[in-house]
Amino acid sequence: MSVPDTPSSAAALAGGAWGDAVIKFGNSFGAVAGFLAILLLVFFVAGRARGRLARPLAIAVFLGPAVLLLLVGLVVPLLRTVYLSLRNDDGTRFVGGENYGWAFTTESVQEVLVNTLLWLVIAPLAATGLGLVLALLVDRMRGQAVYKSLIFMPMAISLVGASIIFKFVYESRGPGQSQIGLLSQLAVALGWDDPPNWMLSQPLNTFLLMAVMVWVQTGFAMVVLSAAIKAIPDEVTEAARLDGAGGVRLFWYVTVPMIRTTVVVVLTTVMITTLKAFDIVRTMTGGNFGTQVLANEMYSQSFVQFNTGRGGALAVILFLAVLPLVAYNIVQLRKERGVR
Amino acid sequence: MSVPTTGSARQGNPVRKAFSSPLASVFVIAVTVLWTIPTLGLLVTSLRPKQDVTADGWWNAFLHPDLGLGNYHTVLFEGGSGVSTGLMPFLVNSLAISIPATLFPLVLAAMAAYGLAWVKFRGSDTVFFVVFALQVVPIQMALIPLLRLFSGGAHLGSLTLIPPVDLKGSYAPVWLAHTMFALPLAVFLLHNFIAQLPRDLMEAAVVDGASHFKIFRSIVLPLCTPALASFAIFQFLWVWNDLLVALTFAGGTPEVAPMTVRLAQLAGSFGGRWELLTAGAFLSIVVPLIVFFSLQRYFVRGLLAGSVKG
Repeated sequence: MSVPDTPSSAAALAGGAWGDAVIKFGNSFGAVAGFLAILLLVFFVAGRARGRLARPLAIAVFLGPAVLLLLVGLVVPLLRTVYLSLRNDDGTRFVGGENYGWAFTTESVQEVLVNTLLWLVIAPLAATGLGLVLALLVDRMRGQAVYKSLIFMPMAISLVGASIIFKFVYESRGPGQSQIGLLSQLAVALGWDDPPNWMLSQPLNTFLLMAVMVWVQTGFAMVVLSAAIKAIPDEVTEAARLDGAGGVRLFWYVTVPMIRTTVVVVLTTVMITTLKAFDIVRTMTGGNFGTQVLANEMYSQSFVQFNTGRGGALAVILFLAVLPLVAYNIVQLRKERGVR
Repeated sequence: MSVPTTGSARQGNPVRKAFSSPLASVFVIAVTVLWTIPTLGLLVTSLRPKQDVTADGWWNAFLHPDLGLGNYHTVLFEGGSGVSTGLMPFLVNSLAISIPATLFPLVLAAMAAYGLAWVKFRGSDTVFFVVFALQVVPIQMALIPLLRLFSGGAHLGSLTLIPPVDLKGSYAPVWLAHTMFALPLAVFLLHNFIAQLPRDLMEAAVVDGASHFKIFRSIVLPLCTPALASFAIFQFLWVWNDLLVALTFAGGTPEVAPMTVRLAQLAGSFGGRWELLTAGAFLSIVVPLIVFFSLQRYFVRGLLAGSVKG
């Protein structure tokens, strides 16, 4: 961090910035080029192998790098985190289940767990429900692609960006000043003279943070469910109609069962995202004012307070919470693969 | 992988009829407007001069428009109150991190997916499901040990397995971490696609004496371009938008940290400087938005591959 001694001669600064950019892109593309060069070389050498060596060599080359990276990056760290969670905060002494006891009995952490549970139930249900309604409605409209694109758009925005967008929407000012936050202005327009500071009013603030997640995820739910609805074979709806099923009944007894798997997959996918996401809470409230969630608490325990034991325990709890969701998805997937 | 859209069924489908009324259209339009307004507000605010932003709400800009790109220049090259550097280096970092972190897992996962699908060996199904199941692992679980590995190496007793590497101030840890974390999903998605390639085509190539490497290069990669593109977009957006991995492995310096990290910092320190914060935020979302709107079809295809039978 060098502070320019001349009061911001923008040209010089910009020049430095461009030079910096060239060096960085050089590093970046150099890495890519090196990576591809090594691969080509390995392919060339291994491709010349014949006879009994060829198969094992092919397996090693194709699977080796990925398996190695997964072992070093996920499998071993997973085991190590479990191990660390059973030791004290600087990892020097075995303490058994003490960290887990701390997590479930400390009042502040209990609040975190309750918040996380709220997030886990409300945000996915809201996003998936709204997504399903939109998927059903948007289908017959003219220019549906435009509506879909616009509702889907937040999916491309980072959660940090989304948080800043909504921080601005929720910005509030005291009475007598003109409001610059959209929500406060709406409240004023509806006759509420002095709307509260949204981010400070518990428990409302947690729900307002969830709204950001719903805003981001609804488009995803809509797009996937809309595709599922379109994929229902015409013969099925046709047959049901010949049997005399009308619109709403047809929806309940044909459409819903046909897309049930997809709904569940979308629901669990959004749940997993919700559970792991800490960006929103971190950026908007920093976990203060009773809005803290598990993922963010885990981060601050591990990397702000350096309590590897407690952080590890929270990470394990997070893992155990995600496990049933993903297990269910895997079972579904196995069924589908079996059908193939 | 493509979702069939049937033109003839459109007209007479009673489910769609039941759900299509003027009221339904009003609802969809209302949601669309509601979904678009926050981002519009960000854009408008970032174009307004400082005094206007603090004076009244951004919707007033339509009454007395006074818009310009001044905030962007300030936030890119000058910084602002108590911030010494602009966002420019962080923007460069975001790109320099995202491109390799998209390409590495893409190539490695395509190789692994091919190996699992076509170089059959005992236990390859098990390997596939273990890799798939690793999606379960929240990144949070791998952070502490991985950070220690990068800074301290790995030791078994007194035996050094992996020597500590001094990667401070370089992108390598961020690239590596992103690559590792992306592999489970990438292998799964690409495997679904690669496993469906026509069997006779593959067998013909083997009969012709082509090695697995040649088949991979000259048959699999060209045929899988759509799937590769889908995942590449997905991963690029994921890396560009990621905060957790960057925060852990890149720190907060202008040498390595990407936009998201800087913005998260600024959200605290720029408290009242909405004109700068909004400009910074819009800068960070403009690249993903361009990618998204120009390549939306591939992106959606990638999404559907994971959850809807194609």
